[in-house]
Amino acid sequence: MNENEKLRLERLAQSVRVRILSFATDGGCFLGASLSCADLLVFLYSRWLHYPSSRDPERDLLFLSKGHDVPALYATLAELGHLDPARLAHHLEPGLQIYWHPHRRVPGVEFHSGSLGHLPSVAIGAAYDLKLRRSCRRVVVVLGDGELNEGSVWEAFLVAGAKRLDNLWFLVDRNGFQANGPTEQILPLEPLEEKLSAFGLHVSRSDGHDFSALEDVFGSEALKEGRPHAVVARTVRGKGIPSIESRADRWFCNFTRDEIESLREELRGGAAARLETEALVVR
Amino acid sequence: MIESYEDRLFRLAREDDRILVLTAENRAPIRGLPERLGDRFLDVGIAEQTLVGAAAGLALQGRIPIAHALASFLTMRAFEFIRTDVAIPHLPVKLVGSAAGILSEANGPTHQALEDVALMRSVPGVEVFCPADAEDLVLALPAIVASPAPAYIRLNLRPPALTHDEPFEIGRAEFVERGSDILILCAGALLREALEASRRLASGGLSIGLINVRSVEPLDEGPILDAVRSAAMTVVIEDHFRTGGLATVLADLLLSKGETAAVLPISFPARWFEPALLSRAIEAAGLDGPQLAGRIRTAWRDRRRTT
Repeated sequence: MNENEKLRLERLAQSVRVRILSFATDGGCFLGASLSCADLLVFLYSRWLHYPSSRDPERDLLFLSKGHDVPALYATLAELGHLDPARLAHHLEPGLQIYWHPHRRVPGVEFHSGSLGHLPSVAIGAAYDLKLRRSCRRVVVVLGDGELNEGSVWEAFLVAGAKRLDNLWFLVDRNGFQANGPTEQILPLEPLEEKLSAFGLHVSRSDGHDFSALEDVFGSEALKEGRPHAVVARTVRGKGIPSIESRADRWFCNFTRDEIESLREELRGGAAARLETEALVVR
Repeated sequence: MIESYEDRLFRLAREDDRILVLTAENRAPIRGLPERLGDRFLDVGIAEQTLVGAAAGLALQGRIPIAHALASFLTMRAFEFIRTDVAIPHLPVKLVGSAAGILSEANGPTHQALEDVALMRSVPGVEVFCPADAEDLVLALPAIVASPAPAYIRLNLRPPALTHDEPFEIGRAEFVERGSDILILCAGALLREALEASRRLASGGLSIGLINVRSVEPLDEGPILDAVRSAAMTVVIEDHFRTGGLATVLADLLLSKGETAAVLPISFPARWFEPALLSRAIEAAGLDGPQLAGRIRTAWRDRRRTT
């Protein structure tokens, strides 16, 4: 990935983060988890998925299994022109379907979620159907690391491996936290990659905030070998806002509008410095 | 006997390539289908949650998945997947529960699905069918598969209790006998016993009506209510807990109309039944034909004495 493209994605991700932040007031949202997967969704939707529009019959399918990070999905789709931003202005308004978890009637949501551990199996059904059709369309499931506590996830890993669904990617947003604290304190997952591998998945790891690294992992030709894929993306919960990053108590956030304004400044400040430096490098 | 369940399912799948047959390693009723259907047969192993989730994913892609598992594990272990992944988006997933009710025979309480109908009825938009026997099931299959709604079907491969002359329609009951003294409403596998009881009672001079309530949700409300109104006493026979089964369905119906009726509910009380081979299990539960006739006759006499 060249530096200009990297810069484009970082700017896009910055706009996505600003938009995510707007969900964290007037009733709030799961801010930390949304910020941790923002770069993953930006990368997938703008670089990797075949996604001409939310209704294109040949589009790749992305299932957001950890549904509480839906602001990241809505923000990404809005920034890329797949979802009318006006719809997001009415966060939590009854009847408009923009709430704390994804609603399948919102353009771009392939399936609703919220109850953890469901979409790996739903994605198996979709991926199996695409195999039957000899389709090249791909299926990605975004999972939280806390979500891996659910037994149904491991059941689905076994089945996906057994059915050789190599058109299926399980992307784990490994931000290290679940609702009440670090995953390794609540129900330790490590050694995670070894576990996933033992379940029959082709496992790779990446820095989940580094677009070049993500491109290397998702673009690798070595991935096509009859096994479903697992990508463990190391991320930071709350990424982009230092006062929130990796704080155990920043799970569900509902800030006042003044607080949001100062968080936005914090987000702009950090990103501006970074983007400026990189722009200089590119020049 | 017209055709086996497996043959009918195969014929439907051959005619419509949207149909896939799934199972959580419950192959007894569909033993020959892996070979006959190839990759349109999907066995996920003993994994009911994944079975239901994968069925939802297939339906999302335009398929009609027909998913098999033991009734107790399908409706209870995977309940939330049914509710969340199948019912919320109202996908046409057809859930087939084996060994439901009395048909779990000698398996014991772990396998006794005596609340499956209650659970499935409680999920919005799910159609619930209790075929009376193998022929009733096969007759029902095309309509159930053609419906755009999610469905739960109690798999019942008992030999035909009678020749089913009335074509199957979703939301329609089969009127087997008409009579004015006692009306018997039966949902599911005990129709054979209910029929024997009705014949015994009829030979004793009583006028007995018998309805095979094949379709529990939606229910054939109008004709059933008319039959209940015109009978002096109604008997409900079901191999299900009293709570949430046909007796409750009838109570809800009467309540919604502000009506009452003299009803003898013959359901399982709130405990599990004695495991045994089918005929012994039926007998031990007091549900064979002569026992049913006796229970109904006693209730009829008690009622005559008090009115």
